[in-house]
Amino acid sequence: MQIDGFILQILLGTIVTIKLALCAAAFGMVIGLIGALLESIPSPWLRYPAASIIFIVRGLPELLVLFFIYFGITAILKSIFQRYIEVSAFAAGVIALGLIFGSYASQVFRGAFLAIDHGQIEAGRAMGFSNWQLFSRVQLPQAWRHAIPGLGNLWLVLLKDTAIVTLIGLTDMMNQAKTAASTTHQPFTFYLIAAVIYLFITSISQKVINYFTNRSNRYVHT
Amino acid sequence: MINILSYLPQLASGLSVTLILMLASVSIGLVLAILITMCSLSGFLLVRKCAGFIVFFIRGTPLLVQLFLIYYGAGQFEWIRDTWLWIVLREPMGCAIIALSINSACYTSILLQGAIQSVPKNEIAACEAIGMGKWLAFRRIIFPRAFRIALPAYSNEVIMVLKGTSLASTITLLDLMGVTQQLMSEGYQIVQFYIIAGVIYLLLNAIITAIFNQLLKWSALPQRQSG
Repeated sequence: MQIDGFILQILLGTIVTIKLALCAAAFGMVIGLIGALLESIPSPWLRYPAASIIFIVRGLPELLVLFFIYFGITAILKSIFQRYIEVSAFAAGVIALGLIFGSYASQVFRGAFLAIDHGQIEAGRAMGFSNWQLFSRVQLPQAWRHAIPGLGNLWLVLLKDTAIVTLIGLTDMMNQAKTAASTTHQPFTFYLIAAVIYLFITSISQKVINYFTNRSNRYVHT
Repeated sequence: MINILSYLPQLASGLSVTLILMLASVSIGLVLAILITMCSLSGFLLVRKCAGFIVFFIRGTPLLVQLFLIYYGAGQFEWIRDTWLWIVLREPMGCAIIALSINSACYTSILLQGAIQSVPKNEIAACEAIGMGKWLAFRRIIFPRAFRIALPAYSNEVIMVLKGTSLASTITLLDLMGVTQQLMSEGYQIVQFYIIAGVIYLLLNAIITAIFNQLLKWSALPQRQSG
């Protein structure tokens, strides 16, 4: 049947959506760690620019950030190479969503590192740990535990934000649903299918996040 | 360099659409949020389950999908077109307000439910002790108390609604984002227009934050020694 064909297309789009979310999350984690690092540096020359970029990105609508990056990069490339260069919607999506994810994640990371009891670091020093050992054996595993719930929430927000990348022409799940909706004149059916797929992905994610949250707390005695 | 002043009327009309969208959605959303919260505390299992499912569905799907589902999806059904609902649903403004307020209501309801759970148990016990009925205790003590607890997080929710209004431009509404895109496609002054819109959004953010800071100060209880 006709609907089966469209559902296959939507499922193919789902793969694009998941790929986009994973790439943006990976990029965002790096941005977030760098942001958290820069914000904790005493030098105002690094701290204030980082803090203001984070503030601006967090205050702007996601759509505006996406369009600014997509059309902004196009304009910059055009002025450099003096001709029109097509920017891939996927790359623009990864950069924009990664930037948004990263600016929220930097706050999560900062909070997570601050949440570690200072005595732990002193204890590590007393045991003769090097700075790297201290970071990788004491600080990171514990910061991770504090960061997981926050990062999990950001991942759920990111998954839902991927829908807007369809507006700059990425053939993701949303775009396939739109095509199916306008071809069959059954918009409600196909947008509902898209909604159910999003619901499915977010529910699975929630289960995975819960698993990791419990796992990271397995040695914690209250 | 573009002459910003010549675009001022268009930007102002876009800003007014954004503000109307935001104020309408926040106020309808708040009323709906209180309703959903009361349903989720209801004694009837079915009512609780329904409220829980609506919140689960809305929080698990993108706002854009919800917006398209209402704006494009409603027209699929002949019987909707024959009812008075169609007067609202054929207008992009009506659809945007419906989608944004339902969305905001579900997120706010989660905040309120968390806040109600964190109302100190001894205050509820005190209500019972002086013979307040369930409803009276809820109205006079639990709800105002919960609202104070939820207020800081609620300001973030209002900012989320402001950011969400930009999606209304995808269903042909000329809000601040829609006007910006229109100006951009006319003038090819890409980056400048986005910067202007961005500055306006940040200013609105700052205003909302300032209002909520004032509300927090205004609603703060006098500090007492506890214990």
